[in-house]
Amino acid sequence: MTDPRGPRFAAVLTTIVLVAVLLTGSGWLVLAQAAVFAVTAAWPRLGPYGLLYRALVAPRLAPPTELEPLAPVRFAQFVGLVFALVSAAGYLSGATLVGAIAAGFALIAACLNGAFGLCLGCELFLAYRRLTGHPLTPRTPTPQPHPRPAAPPSPR
Amino acid sequence: MNWTGAVVAAVALVAATAAGLVHRRRAGTVRQVSNDDGHAALLRDLGVPAGTVTLLQFSSAFCAPCRATRVICAHVAEAVPGVAHVEIDAESRLEAVRALDIWRTPTVLVIDATGRIAGRAQGTPTRAQVMAAVAPLLSAADIEKSSA
Repeated sequence: MTDPRGPRFAAVLTTIVLVAVLLTGSGWLVLAQAAVFAVTAAWPRLGPYGLLYRALVAPRLAPPTELEPLAPVRFAQFVGLVFALVSAAGYLSGATLVGAIAAGFALIAACLNGAFGLCLGCELFLAYRRLTGHPLTPRTPTPQPHPRPAAPPSPR
Repeated sequence: MNWTGAVVAAVALVAATAAGLVHRRRAGTVRQVSNDDGHAALLRDLGVPAGTVTLLQFSSAFCAPCRATRVICAHVAEAVPGVAHVEIDAESRLEAVRALDIWRTPTVLVIDATGRIAGRAQGTPTRAQVMAAVAPLLSAADIEKSSA
């Protein structure tokens, strides 16, 4: 569980970085952002923006009134990672337009999360599941054709 | 300065702001649904009690507004006699999610006492929006009880 203002702060920083990426056209900067997404998706507690939030911002705020699960944060960071990697590949290979458009989509998602608290990755998750997922079969006991003999009472 | 990038950045920021504002305005609005029956067996299977107005909420773990929605619906169910609140984990009931055309969480279906779907809201509704959706479905006796 985490303070929901942390991911929101991270989304604001991500927005700023992505605007800088688009203004400079720097493939290395978007690759650095991809690394941030990757670290946060893999180890949410070690996400660089989250560490910055806990070190610099959280001490100045009141303690959180509610906590949110980490799973949505990781899912959204993974979606961000995919876009950032496409963008970095585009810029670094010379396909500047591909790089710019992928960064633009990531920017829309980051901006919606930072400014409105609306997490696109989370919104899409159920749509994705209902298109691809099958209902989970509940666990059932395996049929046992021969009843096992009762275990002898253990001597004490 | 990269002009293509600057244009893409400007378009993305404007698009995100517009989408955010539209989403904020629409969230929680209860749309009236007409002649949407034929789901009686499914609704019973989901635990919708017979003879009450039910707020059937679809939630998922990946969903912060679901908690706020749960609090509001539970409050209404507690305060107004004749109203029940049932929450379903969408992930574990994908067949119901498909049958009832649920695409996002939270979605709240307002079901009348005869088991018909009377309205649906995506996003977190306000207490007033839930009350307004529920009021016309209640019997006069229930309204009298809740105002007493």
